Amino acid sequence: MIYYDRVSKIYADSSVALDDVSFSVEPGEFISIVGHSGAGKTTLVKMLLAEEKPSSGSVFFESVNVHDVPSRRINDLRRKIGTVFQDFRLLPQKTAYENVAFAMEAAGRSEEEIASDVPHVLDLVDLSEKANNFPDELSGGEAQRVAIARAIVNQPDVIVADEPTGNLDPVNTFEIVQILKKINDLGTTIILTTHNKGVIDSLKKRVVTLDRGKVIRDDREGKYIL
Amino acid sequence: MNWLSIKRVFRAGFLNFWRNGFVSFASVLMMVSTLLVIGLAMFAGVILNTTLEQFRDKADMDVYFTTDAPDARIVDIEASLKALPQVESVQYISRDDALAQFRERHQNDQLTLQALDELGDNPLGAVLNVKAKDITQYDVIANFLQGQDALASGSPQVIDKINYFDQEHRDAIDRLVQITDSGKWIGGFIIGLFVLITIAISFNTLRLTIYSSREEIQVMRLVGAGKTYIRAPFMVEGVLYGLIAAIITLLLFYPLAWWLGNATEGFFGGINVFDYYLSHFLLFFGIIAGSGVVLGAVASLLAVRRYLKI
Repeated sequence: MIYYDRVSKIYADSSVALDDVSFSVEPGEFISIVGHSGAGKTTLVKMLLAEEKPSSGSVFFESVNVHDVPSRRINDLRRKIGTVFQDFRLLPQKTAYENVAFAMEAAGRSEEEIASDVPHVLDLVDLSEKANNFPDELSGGEAQRVAIARAIVNQPDVIVADEPTGNLDPVNTFEIVQILKKINDLGTTIILTTHNKGVIDSLKKRVVTLDRGKVIRDDREGKYIL
Repeated sequence: MNWLSIKRVFRAGFLNFWRNGFVSFASVLMMVSTLLVIGLAMFAGVILNTTLEQFRDKADMDVYFTTDAPDARIVDIEASLKALPQVESVQYISRDDALAQFRERHQNDQLTLQALDELGDNPLGAVLNVKAKDITQYDVIANFLQGQDALASGSPQVIDKINYFDQEHRDAIDRLVQITDSGKWIGGFIIGLFVLITIAISFNTLRLTIYSSREEIQVMRLVGAGKTYIRAPFMVEGVLYGLIAAIITLLLFYPLAWWLGNATEGFFGGINVFDYYLSHFLLFFGIIAGSGVVLGAVASLLAVRRYLKI
């Protein structure tokens, strides 16, 4: 489904973010990418979203090289990938409901679909009560749950969660991971980047370990080993 | 973009405008100052133009006839002058009127009046006072008159003198042309410069407004929104800034023009700014609202474009 083929990223100041990275992700998998800060986890995610271009190598999503997709078609690709970020990245001028609805509007979905799906998804992340609150009125855990609701509302093939628990306390971290597991159980592929040892060890799923831009381990049922 | 998207774009634009309360207020205020300058530039342009036109209007040309010129010839020449497209008006001053005017001009100069009485006969010929539509056209008219007079074959020439051919008169007209022309250029340049500066400031304010939304724009891209779908609400917001600022500006101009009206009429002796504002309201509305809308839309369009590149 997703294939990183000998991907390297060297920035203008000669710092190496990724060094000859190759691995693939199968449909329905829950894969965690771990590593210290600066190991290249976020760069890997940005490559899949075509937010950054590799210096060499290719990234394939459903057999399409994402960096060959023309700029005007990139939205179609991104709608197939739900994204969750460490800093939530909600639209500050929109309520929780509108943030989730925005992803559907952007995909050209009808008002009826939005009216039926958004409350359902907010209910799934247990935030129906806060639907009309703005992001600055939500706690970190709540904001991240809105971000997850936004990521799943278009029923994407894959969810990319880049350090989603980085700003959260242990209780909220646990909740977010449970939600991601639930989404994975429903068949959606999950790519999770984190440096939270507790999260990885509790998941008992595939773990790809990065160190200084290189893949140093790829374990089927891995643990956080660094 | 389909109808549904257009509806959403407008809704998002209005909501952003409303929810960004303070930023919207500041942007509208900045835009008002720009539109005020544009409006004031319009007033300044009109005042400058009328004043300079008044100066140019002071120029005229006198055609002096010989004392024995038959009235029929003078009437002929007057008619042909009036038929010229360059001529604005022709005033006939008969020999008697010319004498009366001369006497009046020299009423305190007994010596001259005595000399005149000594002569017994009226030494002055009839005069045609010609005003051209444009100051630069006296040359054409004077040459036409000279040609006409020379062409009247068989009869003696009746034009004694055209004062346009006096070097002094010509110089004065030329200088007037020069001064008013450079006045127009310099005035236009200063007005244009002011307008440009305020447009640039307003442009930058809108860019800063959108700069504060740059992360939002990037997030929209990452959740799969198309470029037009992201850009359009910002443009709606920009247009709203422009429209509201235009309405405020037009309202502000009402008391301002009223206050300026009497002052400028007295000082510049011609145009009442208030009357001009009322009679040209549609023009003011078009230019100010148009500038506001175009400025808002274009500034937003260019500012958003920078952050859409991902």
